[in-house]
Amino acid sequence: MTITEKILASHAHRKRVTPGESIWVDVDILMTHDVCGPPTVDIFKREFGQDARVWDPTKLVLLPDHYIFTANHHANRNVRLLREFAAEQNLPHFYDVGTPRYKGVCHVALAEEGFNRPGSLLIGTDSHTCTSGAFGMFSTGVGNTDAALIMGTGKIWLRVPETMRFIFEGDLPPYLMAKDLILAVIGDIGCDGATYRAMEFDGDAVYALSMQERMTLTNMAIEAGGKNGVIAADSVTIDYVRARTDAPFEVVHSDADARYHSEYRYDVSTMEPVVAKPHRPDNRAGVGEVAGTRLDRAYVGSCTGGKLEDFVAAASVLKGQEVGIDTYIVPATTEIGRALHTTDLDGVSLHEIFENAGCLMGQASCGACLGGPKDTFGRNMASEVVISTTNRNFPGRMGSKQASVYLASPLTVAASAITGVITDPREVLV
Amino acid sequence: MQVQSMEKTIRGLAYVVGDAVDTDQIIPAEHLVYSLTRPDERRMYGRFAMSGVPAAGQGLPFGHTPFTEPDVYRSRYTFVVGGTNFGCGSSREHAPFALTEAGARVVIAESYARIFFRNTVDGGFVTPFESEERLVGRVRTGDELELDTVRAHLTNRTAGEVLLLRPLGDIADILKAGNVFAYARQAGLIPAAP
Repeated sequence: MTITEKILASHAHRKRVTPGESIWVDVDILMTHDVCGPPTVDIFKREFGQDARVWDPTKLVLLPDHYIFTANHHANRNVRLLREFAAEQNLPHFYDVGTPRYKGVCHVALAEEGFNRPGSLLIGTDSHTCTSGAFGMFSTGVGNTDAALIMGTGKIWLRVPETMRFIFEGDLPPYLMAKDLILAVIGDIGCDGATYRAMEFDGDAVYALSMQERMTLTNMAIEAGGKNGVIAADSVTIDYVRARTDAPFEVVHSDADARYHSEYRYDVSTMEPVVAKPHRPDNRAGVGEVAGTRLDRAYVGSCTGGKLEDFVAAASVLKGQEVGIDTYIVPATTEIGRALHTTDLDGVSLHEIFENAGCLMGQASCGACLGGPKDTFGRNMASEVVISTTNRNFPGRMGSKQASVYLASPLTVAASAITGVITDPREVLV
Repeated sequence: MQVQSMEKTIRGLAYVVGDAVDTDQIIPAEHLVYSLTRPDERRMYGRFAMSGVPAAGQGLPFGHTPFTEPDVYRSRYTFVVGGTNFGCGSSREHAPFALTEAGARVVIAESYARIFFRNTVDGGFVTPFESEERLVGRVRTGDELELDTVRAHLTNRTAGEVLLLRPLGDIADILKAGNVFAYARQAGLIPAAP
């Protein structure tokens, strides 16, 4: 069996499962946020009663992150509804806005707070919940109804997916990041190339990546339609997890004779920086093919491209430079926001590097990745042309359906921010 | 909640869009702030359903045909007809909810993104059928359609042709029950409703 099949089997209390069959599984962690949490609670109460209790308060994680720094009163109300539910149910894992506990983007927060544990099964009301698979676990996104059923029972039905295997080998050149690798994969197989399937990332080049970079790979599995992305846990994973939780976990590997739907191999040493052109994540082009394209703004942020290492990469390009276009810096979490002040390149903090370069500094949240209320920091309002480290560029994704969004790595975004046109990072990296 | 299982025959007008219509096009993220239960707010999902589709792609082959007219909370279209990977993108259940709230009953696409498809079924919203062949370019916005949900036969009464859809498969049990809660209760997986 593959990792995915083994985890699903163990959570269905079975020895084996076969791709294609539907099974009921136990959920270890359910995560929800301010957009989908309140409607999930409404369904939970409709189905289980106004006085119903969640199946296990220690397994429900509430991470408001989507519409936080906005004056929109409906959005503010949704955070308040989460707060009331957390109080009513006495939930220990509520990371409330305006308190020192506030985290920001849920998928990165789950990792930082130790909820991602090898061998476990995590469900979230967000499509990028597949991010957690970087920790050798099963994770996928669902809607409010499925989340409400889990809230009441701790269970969900799942169809066991076939697994596609993506093997990356070779040494990653300094001008490439995990974002380039996953955009290449999505360009190869298309936005529906992995629909209903697991995407397992394997090979020396994957295990040479940090956890943050691995999360970029699994994060974008959904952009190929994948049900989950997964990377077997190794010593890098275990070190990360041990530093954040004492909870037990089980490392699971795919068997040598596991059956895969298909297998793709990449030699990362020969790959090129790529972008996804408007208006689809699979609209891949080499940076060289679109170099010189005029830009209005650059954006570094989100669960995909707003992690500390994404900012280290961007700062390595922006150090001592000035941006030529509006450039937005939005840390995924408050922990990363603080680290921008305490992490330095040659004695200058990342925060200072960005400020000196003329970047606009935002607060930890999903920000403009998905548009959101009109007053969201960095949101597109007209026909802007944007280069972004985020994950999606369908029409209107960052707020305006007249805008055009190019997806790229933090290195490529930072290089382009300086020149104001799409720029190959190799031109600015020494 | 009143759970209704599918009727045998559904008639109405078609609204046609293209490929990879993602959930941001079905219901733009800025509108997700509204309650899905309060009557004065939930109708906003009907009003803004499909409003994220770029104008040229709204109501093919003509384009520039909104799904709901401005300041009208309901759509005149019963069938949404799409191409491949319908409903890709986010996991927001607000998307099938918005189509349902606008008055649509059925989506017919060549293929679906997994989470959207699951949400339509488990939540008991629009019924998702898959077409055997590409209907974009063949069915036109405003065509009068008649669907036999049992035989999965679609008749385009305007064009006078029968179009084959795929059988509903293993989701039919949940669709028959009405939603995943009704299904789970019938199967004895969760206790009876409060």
